[in-house]
Amino acid sequence: MKFKGHHIISMTSFSRDMIDSILETAERMEPIALGKQRSGLLTGKILAVLFFEPSTRTRMSFETAMYRLGGDVLNLGSVDASSIAKGETLADTIRVVDGYADAIVLRHPKEGAAQLAAEFSTIPILNAGDGAGHHPTQTLLDLYTIKRESRLEGLKIALAGDLKYGRTVHSLCYALSLYGAEITLISPRELRMPEEIISDLEKRGAKVTETDTIEDAINEVDVIYMTRIQKERFPDPAEYEKVANRLKITPELLTDARPELRIMHPLPRVNEIDTGVDETQHACYFKQAFYGVPVRMALLALVLGAIEI
Amino acid sequence: MNEEQELRVKRIENGTVIDHINAGQALNVLKILGIPDSSQGVVSVLLNSPGKFGIKDVVKIENRELNVREVDKIALIAPNATINIIRNFNVSQKKKVHIPTFVEGVVRCVNPNCISNSNEPVTSKFDVSVEESLRLRCTYCGRSISEDIAKHLL
Repeated sequence: MKFKGHHIISMTSFSRDMIDSILETAERMEPIALGKQRSGLLTGKILAVLFFEPSTRTRMSFETAMYRLGGDVLNLGSVDASSIAKGETLADTIRVVDGYADAIVLRHPKEGAAQLAAEFSTIPILNAGDGAGHHPTQTLLDLYTIKRESRLEGLKIALAGDLKYGRTVHSLCYALSLYGAEITLISPRELRMPEEIISDLEKRGAKVTETDTIEDAINEVDVIYMTRIQKERFPDPAEYEKVANRLKITPELLTDARPELRIMHPLPRVNEIDTGVDETQHACYFKQAFYGVPVRMALLALVLGAIEI
Repeated sequence: MNEEQELRVKRIENGTVIDHINAGQALNVLKILGIPDSSQGVVSVLLNSPGKFGIKDVVKIENRELNVREVDKIALIAPNATINIIRNFNVSQKKKVHIPTFVEGVVRCVNPNCISNSNEPVTSKFDVSVEESLRLRCTYCGRSISEDIAKHLL
């Protein structure tokens, strides 16, 4: 399987074999990500980090991944202080940075930006989120977390929160369907998973059920993946409060939960997971954030040709 | 076309006859071809004409042949259309349009936040599928268009 020089744009282009190879590589990277082993795998390589909108965790985990492998990072910095403020197109920015670095991580508010960047770049583009489009490295780190903390085969998972607009849950569902997962969708009526996606998942062999309360599913699943419900999606603040409080995990709700239950969240959270849950054996979200590092290390090492599988 | 219809619309000496256009789409075909601005010859339009498979529209354009991009656009709104090239009052070529599997610079993405709708130096690109119905999927943002395709033609 050749990853060298490949762009990482969307999960739709990943086969199960490809995902498995990336997750296995990430596992090998974990001691280095934890600082227990040193590595010079990417010494002499430069990663350009172009974030046209803020995303602290994604940016920092990419930077950590590069530094942990001995590489260097070139940061675009503030968009306001760059040529973009003068009206430079993304295509031109990419063509310029292409000459400075060995790979580019791109975060952009417009959907399709990473695809466009790939057309103008001779070096690998790693999509770190394009508007409401794709965020493949988030999906890969979610899968990695599930693999490490639960199991990917025969998984029963509940996805809760904003399932209509949440791109992380859309991509994750598609990827999980490759593993034949049983998926329970928990959301308020207004924020249900689009029908088109449910139908795609069923066609791909996933078993999908819908419900609107966490209590219905929490004792039945291996993993519950919470997402933030965005206040601005609700024209009436009272409606938001009603829904936000209904979809909340509290320590009380976990009284009868199986010890194996794992709770994930892409973070940042607002109030959908009570801080009292943090100390329980179920909380997995901070580990999930850490797992972004070995997964991104694996991707960087693969697309830069430092590792071949 | 039968004799009765020929009486309604005069035969042309040279040009193109686009036949079997889905009823109601003839004016969109004219829009695709930039008519009247792009053609100085006579253009005849037949709406709701009876055909073998129900009613259809027909467009006849004098002294004008179509390019590939125009034919691709027509195929998206009239997948059963036939293009007849007329030379010296005779049909010198007759071909059915083919729905392309990919179109570039033909349709505008419906997603206002798609990068192809910004000032970037790219043309719109769509994968075309006909599984259940005609569906165009934007190569950049992945958003699909399946209805009112004529409305989004560039």
